[in-house]
Amino acid sequence: MVIERIEAQLPGAVLERHAFRGDETITVAGTSFLAVVDFLFGEGFQMLLDVTAVDLETPEYRFEVVYHLLNLASQARMRIKVPVADGAAQPSLTGRFKSADWSEREVFDLFGIPFEGHPNLTRLLMWEDFPGHPLRKDFPLDGGDIFCSNDIGASYSPEARSLNA
Amino acid sequence: MAGINLDDSVMTTRLDSVVNWARKNSLWPLPFGTACCAIEFMSMMASRYDFSRFGAEALRFSPRQSDMLLVLGTVTNKQAPVLRQIYAQMAEPKWVVAVGVCASSGGMYRTYATLQGIDRVVPVDVYVPGCPPRPEGMIFGVMELQKKITRESLSARKEHVERFYQSLARQEELQKAKGLSQYQVVREMVLEAGAQGGQQIW
Repeated sequence: MVIERIEAQLPGAVLERHAFRGDETITVAGTSFLAVVDFLFGEGFQMLLDVTAVDLETPEYRFEVVYHLLNLASQARMRIKVPVADGAAQPSLTGRFKSADWSEREVFDLFGIPFEGHPNLTRLLMWEDFPGHPLRKDFPLDGGDIFCSNDIGASYSPEARSLNA
Repeated sequence: MAGINLDDSVMTTRLDSVVNWARKNSLWPLPFGTACCAIEFMSMMASRYDFSRFGAEALRFSPRQSDMLLVLGTVTNKQAPVLRQIYAQMAEPKWVVAVGVCASSGGMYRTYATLQGIDRVVPVDVYVPGCPPRPEGMIFGVMELQKKITRESLSARKEHVERFYQSLARQEELQKAKGLSQYQVVREMVLEAGAQGGQQIW
């Protein structure tokens, strides 16, 4: 198994592992992340399908950046999770995978996680001067828009609001 | 000299009614299709529902050549300045139909990304509810617009559009003064209007 070989090659790199219906997931410390990706690339995991993140709101580390790799030869898949503290940077994979470019820009846009070594780290979906990062848990869903308020009547005129009350 | 009998060849009417009669029967639609409502719109234009019965079969995909904007689907905050520009580019006089709940009110998307109704940024004449509305619903909406055109005065329509141009000038002014992107300026104008209890920026 690939994970056993990683553990033999890089002892202590894999913090945690589990499998769900044949899909393997490993949690890797930030310090050994690049070495693990290099090793997996050599093993045939040469396609980066997706980069995303989760805002866990845990005190030790806030985010978990999630990478999905595919081995084109064996069709095996591997999910790598890397814990990242609030404000800390994550090394960019753009040198290894071209598909990391836009995926990392999206994660930067929506979570505010900076990627070190990215050639063009600008927002992908929101506009450049958009305030905040929408997929963070502390970002209000409505973006502070009065028209999205839970009080449905808020978006209408005072007369219409009194009808709602 | 024999007198000329004009009885059979002259009809007296008001300028408004004769011009509006011509306008309502020669609408040139511009589809701004962003979601599933645009699929229903295709059905409306096709032979089964045959929208050309209403004199509006000349679809143009250029705002310069059309005078009825059909907004078919969800409009995001990022698209709001684009929609404003397209509306500004259309030939006058111009009308807007908001098709479906997303265009009318944001629909089910009460989020930071979605414009809560296109009437926040452009003047809307007719709202068609539904998710998506059936082609009959859209046709009914346009028929209501035709009724509205019959009733309106030419000068009122002109002033109505003029108000929008003023808001567009204000948008450009603010953009220069604050050094913001066009998206952020429209967003801030909408939020400012909301804070003052208003619903629109035009």
